[in-house]
Amino acid sequence: MKTALKCHKIIGGYGEGEALVSHEPICFYLTDPKTGIVREKTHELAGKNISNKVLVFPSGKASSVVQIDGLFKLASHNLAPKAMIVKDVETVLIVSAFIAKVPLVDRLEKDPFKAIKTGDLVRVDANKGTVVVERHKS
Amino acid sequence: MHLTKEEEQTLNGEFGGGTQKAMELLVAIGDAYDAEKMIPISRAHAASSGQEGDMYFVELLADGGAKCRVPTSTNPVYDIKYFHKLFDVPKDEAEVARRVMEAYSKVGAILSWSCVPYLSENIPLYGESVAFSESSATPYVNSVIGAYTNREAAQSALAAGIIGKTPKYGLHIKENRKGTTLFDVKATLRDEFDYTLLGYYVGKAIGYGIPVLTGITRPPNTEELINFCAMSNTSGAISMFYIPGHTVEASTVKEAFQGDIPKQKITVTDRELKGVYEELQTTSKKADFIQLGCPHYTLKQIGKVAELLNGKKIHRDSSFWVCTSATTKLLADRVGYTNTIEKAGGRVVVDTCIDEPCWIAYKQKVGMTDSPKGAYYRRYREVRLERLQDCVKAAVNEEGKRKP
Repeated sequence: MKTALKCHKIIGGYGEGEALVSHEPICFYLTDPKTGIVREKTHELAGKNISNKVLVFPSGKASSVVQIDGLFKLASHNLAPKAMIVKDVETVLIVSAFIAKVPLVDRLEKDPFKAIKTGDLVRVDANKGTVVVERHKS
Repeated sequence: MHLTKEEEQTLNGEFGGGTQKAMELLVAIGDAYDAEKMIPISRAHAASSGQEGDMYFVELLADGGAKCRVPTSTNPVYDIKYFHKLFDVPKDEAEVARRVMEAYSKVGAILSWSCVPYLSENIPLYGESVAFSESSATPYVNSVIGAYTNREAAQSALAAGIIGKTPKYGLHIKENRKGTTLFDVKATLRDEFDYTLLGYYVGKAIGYGIPVLTGITRPPNTEELINFCAMSNTSGAISMFYIPGHTVEASTVKEAFQGDIPKQKITVTDRELKGVYEELQTTSKKADFIQLGCPHYTLKQIGKVAELLNGKKIHRDSSFWVCTSATTKLLADRVGYTNTIEKAGGRVVVDTCIDEPCWIAYKQKVGMTDSPKGAYYRRYREVRLERLQDCVKAAVNEEGKRKP
């Protein structure tokens, strides 16, 4: 099953990969910069690896300095997410994605938490403003 | 976002690669917020931090030939020469700090290395449009001065300083400067330490929004407001607040809420502040070192420290640090405060943030500070949080008076 959805570009580019959905905000400083594994013990993604995934989450959190440095460090180890789909943007998350060169989109035409499930294959073309979700029946 | 011809040309790289990158970032932010256009700013403050992400962006702009078009001040990193004489700072971390400071110099920033630039190096006026990052700076500039800034990241503030413009969104629009939560302050507020606890509580209670504080009868002073700002924007994302009657933009609660009825009301008593105080302590052990000046101490605070240390000696088992800006230290030297503090065995350091690798020697130690923000970002093992007077008291060995 394949669904194509419109979205709003924030940081341009193309990225595809397996979806990883988080219902909680994410702070990239609290992931291991050498593996991409979420270290924040109380987080729903604790122990999961965000690297090379298409990350779906509500928003960023934490101070600008640590958030930007966190994503930048992941990117410099080639461990950043392939693309990010969010509900609410703020300046710090935009700057983080810009510096780490990770495509970032919001305003998906359907609720991203309903349209995308962890494990789906997702293609984000931020420049064209499209997200294609592919789900295989298990 | 609508771009003028010159803005388009900047975005296309016609004025060099550095300004192009700065413009790309501002356009991305403007588009994300559906800003209609860009507006001129008169000044900026980049919260430089001496970290890799910070280095990448400022070098990208510097190497691309970008220069600040409006006065753009910088945040503390650390005093490299000073600390390298004292401690064994890891070479790779020291190199990042050196390169960051060099790149900010190359883009023509005001090398203030201060986190309170709005007091002396880069002062906005009421109603000015600016781009100020740094936790105390954003809310101070919006609320105490009444200038207009968004909650910038270091990089978006630097980009705005390079271009001399920022997208018109968020707190640059009057309707968005409306109060969101009413705080009825019943707690006793004696000094800036109580304001730090209040700030910490307010930020944590709402996370995000524009608090309106009532019940404060004595007008808060500069130090109290600086600390309220720093802490509320650390435990939460508070870019602006009102204390009607004491801050400039609204003289009544009604005005602060732009005529609306407050949806949420929170009462703060001594109990809440005590809760914050207790929450932030991680030990009651003796402190190995005392660190003051987060945010950077004002001349008045340094004077207070000097007064308390006059004729006394710091305990030989602990070290004592006061962080401030270079401009403030110049005056502290001149009026004799520095001499008094040094005579007692303390140190006054410039250009330095307490969250930097230069403090490596204290990584496994117990630190004492009057700053919940410093405690929150601590680079040491354990922390005790006390007011200025108690920090000085803990540092002084009464024996030292007799046997210097």
